[in-house]
Amino acid sequence: MSAALIVRQGGMHTTLQDRGRFGAQGFGVPVSGALDGEMLWLANALVGNRPDEAALEIIQVGPVLEIAADGARVALAAHGGTWLAGMDGKRALPSWRSVTLRRGESVRVVSTGQGACAYLAVAGGFAVAPVMGSLSTYARGRIGGFEGRCLAAGDRLPLRRAGASEGPDLRLPSPPEPGAGPLRLVPGPQLDRFVDGALDVLCNSVYVVGRAADRMGLRLEGPEIAHRAGHDIVSDGIATGAIQVPGDRRPVLLLADRQTTGGYPKIGAVCTADLPRAGRLRPGDEVRFSAVTVEEVQMLARRRHAELAALAATMVPADGGAFDLDALYGANLVSGAVAGGDND
Amino acid sequence: MIHTPDAPKILPQGDAALVVEFGDAIDRAVSERVTALATAVAAARIPGVREAVPTFRSLLIHYDPLALDFDDLAARARALAATANVARRQARLVHMPVCYDEDLGPDLADVAAHAAMSRGDAARLHASVDYHVYMLGFAPGLPYLGDLPEALRLPRLATPRVRVPARSVGIASALSVIYPLEIPGGWRLIGAVPADLFDLARTPPARLLPGDRVRFHSVERAAFDELRAAFAAGQRGLEIEEAAS
Repeated sequence: MSAALIVRQGGMHTTLQDRGRFGAQGFGVPVSGALDGEMLWLANALVGNRPDEAALEIIQVGPVLEIAADGARVALAAHGGTWLAGMDGKRALPSWRSVTLRRGESVRVVSTGQGACAYLAVAGGFAVAPVMGSLSTYARGRIGGFEGRCLAAGDRLPLRRAGASEGPDLRLPSPPEPGAGPLRLVPGPQLDRFVDGALDVLCNSVYVVGRAADRMGLRLEGPEIAHRAGHDIVSDGIATGAIQVPGDRRPVLLLADRQTTGGYPKIGAVCTADLPRAGRLRPGDEVRFSAVTVEEVQMLARRRHAELAALAATMVPADGGAFDLDALYGANLVSGAVAGGDND
Repeated sequence: MIHTPDAPKILPQGDAALVVEFGDAIDRAVSERVTALATAVAAARIPGVREAVPTFRSLLIHYDPLALDFDDLAARARALAATANVARRQARLVHMPVCYDEDLGPDLADVAAHAAMSRGDAARLHASVDYHVYMLGFAPGLPYLGDLPEALRLPRLATPRVRVPARSVGIASALSVIYPLEIPGGWRLIGAVPADLFDLARTPPARLLPGDRVRFHSVERAAFDELRAAFAAGQRGLEIEEAAS
């Protein structure tokens, strides 16, 4: 049999995700993709993949996976106390490093940490056919990923690489901080559909993520946001991070699986640099917002991208010592960072 | 932002999307401008633009904030909107078989009663006009068609159905939709089409595209069942006129 990951337990909501499916929103197909693109990037970097390779997105309760290949290098990106437990009971494998697993070895992703999601990347990636250019899973529409759905016991995920990768395992000496502070948003585009002061209410209050929270969006509990002249607008396009306010006046923060269009007014949209933090929010988490200009947040996006590229470049062999960054994986990351910087 | 009354309003939606608004109502002329700009943006292949999504009244341009500035993209969009040729655009005409039988269109009787006409007359009225595809949205491949004859206009159902069968035709307010797959929905169901509207294996995956015209042709149940079998088996496609209008 060809190389594969065998799923022994699917976990709560484990899906293949990459940077998302662009180009099909005009047909009504959501973008999907990783809730936290930064962790996806770093998990891939740790196993030498391209930053946008598809990895397993793990939400809260992780899967149990068995290696059906002549070894496989994997890495887990996760905040807080999430790690890989070897099922032989002898290995506890921390996040933010790669580890080479043997044929027949089973690992469980154990999550006790902060944040809704974690990412498990496999060196070489998954041998799954893209749908409209992406491996991302849109489970509601059964599009992309592995058979369009969350992983379940018995699934056999084909791997591109038949055996262990060359070179040493890698680790990030100082993993990224989960980040704190308000989520920064650009007001609008329907700010004029709210009463005066509505934006101040949103930005001066503490909201709590409600129980209705999934990859599509988060319902937020807190002070009401009042509309001016009704809550219906003629449907228009939705961006990831948009905060729409339906008739119940409770804001909804829209995430990766959001619909392409919608008929509720949007008071603002969370900026790209803060979307990973938004994607990690769990029911019960507190969230605050602050309003900034689009010029400011574009600077933030570029700065954040450069910081991550610099962070990824600090990887060292897991057993200590230095290594040649270019030889391992650097070209993709470095070119990505330069492309961003060119436009400052 | 400076704009003349005729120029679109350009607003940010976060730092990775920009909305070009041509109006705030469902209007055929507005829609034509939106789809003309969508075509122009796609043709311009602006580096950093991920895609542009046409809706009733606006175009949402998704872009990579690492590669493009809002101001630069706004200027490009404004220039393209000023030159996009609305008049010369060609609309396809899609002929869509439809069956208005009771079990396929359980709400048609109510709609007809409200319009003080027979069920048959309500069905004929629905099929009597050519519809314009304003946009796709809500679900993969779901087209919003307009405008519905005045007499058939009613609000959505107070309680949406948990399960609307695939290929059902629904109406609400001034619009008609065709559900591409089984999903929940609150539109009043008046019939069904035999054709599949969304297929991932096709390019493009949606059969109806913004700017298309759609003409419904009422068929009897026996013909509908035959057509359905033929569409399902891939032995038949929709009749489409690529006519210049």
